[in-house]
Amino acid sequence: MSTASFATRPLPGEPRPYAFPRFERRTLSNGITLVVAPVHRLPIVTVIAVTDAGSVADPLGREGLASLVAAMLAEGTASMDGEMLALRFERLGTSFSAYADWDVGVASMTVTRSHLADALALFAETLTAPSFPARELERLKAERLAELLQLRTEPRGLADEMMAHFVYAPESRFARPMAGGAAAVEAITARDVGELYTARYRAGGTTIVMAGDVSTDDALALLEESFGVWGGSAPAPIAVVDAPSPGARTVHVVTKADAPQSEIRVAHVGIPRIHPDYFRVTVMNAVLGGLFSSRINLNLRERNAYTYGARSEFDWRRAAGPFVVSTAVASEATAAATREILAEIDRMRSEPITEEELTLATSYMSGVFPIRYETTAAIATALANLVVYGLDDSYFDTYRANIESVTTTDVLEAAQRHLHPERLRIVVIGDPAEVAGPLAALDAGPVSLYDAEGSPLGS
Amino acid sequence: MRIPIDTFRLANGLFVTLSEDHSAPIVAVNLWYHVGSANEREGRTGFAHLFEHMLFQGSAHVGTNEHFETIQRAGGTLNGSTWLERTNYFETVPSNHLESILWLEADRMGYLLPGMTQQKLDLQRDVVKNERRWSVDNQPYGTWLERLDALCFPPTHPFHHSLIGSMADLSAASLEDVASFFRTFYTPDNAVLSIAGDFDPAAARAAIDRYFGHIPRGPGKPPLPDMMLPPTFGERRREVVPDAVALPRLFLAFRSPVFGSDDYYAASVCGAVLGMRRGSRLYRALVREQQLAQEIGAFTFDLAKGADLLVIDAVARPGVSGAELEHAVGREVDRLREERVTAEEVERAVALIEADIVNAMQSAGERADQLSKFATFFGDPRLVNEQVDRYKAVTARAVDAFAQARLDEDNRASLLYVPRAAESVAQDVLAEATA
Repeated sequence: MSTASFATRPLPGEPRPYAFPRFERRTLSNGITLVVAPVHRLPIVTVIAVTDAGSVADPLGREGLASLVAAMLAEGTASMDGEMLALRFERLGTSFSAYADWDVGVASMTVTRSHLADALALFAETLTAPSFPARELERLKAERLAELLQLRTEPRGLADEMMAHFVYAPESRFARPMAGGAAAVEAITARDVGELYTARYRAGGTTIVMAGDVSTDDALALLEESFGVWGGSAPAPIAVVDAPSPGARTVHVVTKADAPQSEIRVAHVGIPRIHPDYFRVTVMNAVLGGLFSSRINLNLRERNAYTYGARSEFDWRRAAGPFVVSTAVASEATAAATREILAEIDRMRSEPITEEELTLATSYMSGVFPIRYETTAAIATALANLVVYGLDDSYFDTYRANIESVTTTDVLEAAQRHLHPERLRIVVIGDPAEVAGPLAALDAGPVSLYDAEGSPLGS
Repeated sequence: MRIPIDTFRLANGLFVTLSEDHSAPIVAVNLWYHVGSANEREGRTGFAHLFEHMLFQGSAHVGTNEHFETIQRAGGTLNGSTWLERTNYFETVPSNHLESILWLEADRMGYLLPGMTQQKLDLQRDVVKNERRWSVDNQPYGTWLERLDALCFPPTHPFHHSLIGSMADLSAASLEDVASFFRTFYTPDNAVLSIAGDFDPAAARAAIDRYFGHIPRGPGKPPLPDMMLPPTFGERRREVVPDAVALPRLFLAFRSPVFGSDDYYAASVCGAVLGMRRGSRLYRALVREQQLAQEIGAFTFDLAKGADLLVIDAVARPGVSGAELEHAVGREVDRLREERVTAEEVERAVALIEADIVNAMQSAGERADQLSKFATFFGDPRLVNEQVDRYKAVTARAVDAFAQARLDEDNRASLLYVPRAAESVAQDVLAEATA
């Protein structure tokens, strides 16, 4: 047996060209914007409708309303109850899904070409003629309250919610859960649901994306037929408060007694999706904690074995979403892991990354680009984001060049501008008996303790 | 829909399947090794999975972490996973990097051991222990898989023990275990290599010959013990777990026909009639109408040896006890046995399943994984193209026959989690179970 053939690695061949699918924009007679990407590989089509009805539209004290309105679209229309709607979609081999994220309401389905017209008729009815039955509203509210109960024993979700609570100013919508806390959800009435729907689900504020086995002309004709009767101009944009909670770096320990592991979040308010530093920040984050081979993951997992995994991300929204480092570590490693995360953030700001680190991140992001868009759902989602954030139509064609143009100096400057060690919030869901002392000894900021429900216990 | 499939076998036993598709310049490489937690020896639970981690730690010509880094630098995605019957390794890369990926996979199939050290093993052992804490010990209901396997398979059966393993067994694993597991199971004649996407078949074949061709055949793996089981449990099984959870959750399992058999497709459709999405019987009755459940679903494990499991998974609404939840789910299962399934219900289920199959086949990685699966279990990757037809052939009467044979009381195993604070609820259920 010879290993000679292994001594030299094969070199990559010439890359084959790739282009993101061509797409076209049209406007329906009632003002709905249509974006179509004809992709005829398989006889399926993904349809996504985005409306200007995200959770930022929730009134104060009614947080969770936009999520409920989106979910209620599937619960009945003028001609069908929720059960009949589900059955009608499913007999066509598809499922209707609707939810609200921070910025928009999103309704979607993927359906075979032969059932597209029938499915679109149902799809349009859910969006344009929902009946919001009171019984189903009470049921969905009760299901959300149950979800909140579940969250108390689920450390990952709880850590995310507590992180947002400590990172944002109390008056920011982002400080409270997207689908709402218990008091707000309980307070929501049928009238609230109707009002938000009427104010924000309007033809002029809606874009429908179709990707797959359909031509632009066919898509336009199908939508004129199914959505034609809908009206309404675009709703007014919403002013979003994304201010950080005031003050310097703090540490917050939320009690999970006897936890074998600590869920850790290290976070501060990041930047909006539309920002001149977007590409620089994305590459910087890839090196810091965005990739498996990133500094934070290699440090915490492959060098110290504190964790199964650690990552960092900028959560992109129209307004400034959070920058978050997330990991779960053995309880006894909590302070040491936190120290390493802080050190990696500092190092990112104090010295340039190596050329090798830079090219690892940029060649990954550029190379993986076509792999991200294998499915009609992925293509339609990408186009929906283009609309939500108001990106230029050339965005996908220039993406790889934009990534590849980022330099080590750009990354250093982006880290210095957009990582803020002095105002981090360090949030730990774990056993205070085990972690509070070592965290205090870390001197990373004053340590506050909370009970399992997040109420303060003192310092 | 049908995908093109070509197959060949190298002299050393490596089975290869190829499926071309040039619609995007990407290619997926997928390796199934026919070894999983079922092949572990006593005292080494969790070893197959720990071993999977070691395969990313370098080999004779690949440094620590270099596997991940090389593929990410190429712009590729990658991972591996361990299941009861198999372990898979997979990557999707820009198509001009295919040869590098084959080289990487061949180096760890042929020359893993020179890259192994005690230090790497100790480190990955700790990573896996943290994976166990993360996914099992510190997660509500996190023990469900190991508890359900233990409840549904006899103690001597290879599917009985924990896949992620016990902390003690993980601690006991040695470098010698790594070497012997590698020599026994990670051999070309115990593996399937699948490539799907944008590649030139002649060039791919030449590269496979070049890098995998001279890896020697293995000594043969020890046979698994007899895995055949009677068609039913033969008794009502029930385990109640008071735990740190907020709401009761029931896993109700039925022993069911092995993956790929004719009866399997009837079982799978029956599961979809009961629990697939909002038009299913369980969702309509328990979530929407009676409001006893918060979420509900049904799935099969897809085990190809001995016996499969069909499982209903239901979370109670607040105020509903575990006993009430279990009773309500049981009532719907009884109703399914008493009232015939309608053709319309079967059509809904098959339409959803077919759509899921077609949707999944858009991804090169998914196509390669399915090819490896059918090649590993049945020696015939072309079965991938027959799945939709086999589902379409399932009749309402076949689903009824499955329900009559397999959904009766003597083939039900309940794994019921209840909030630890509500000990009284657990007591009620236990009292009922022993009554």
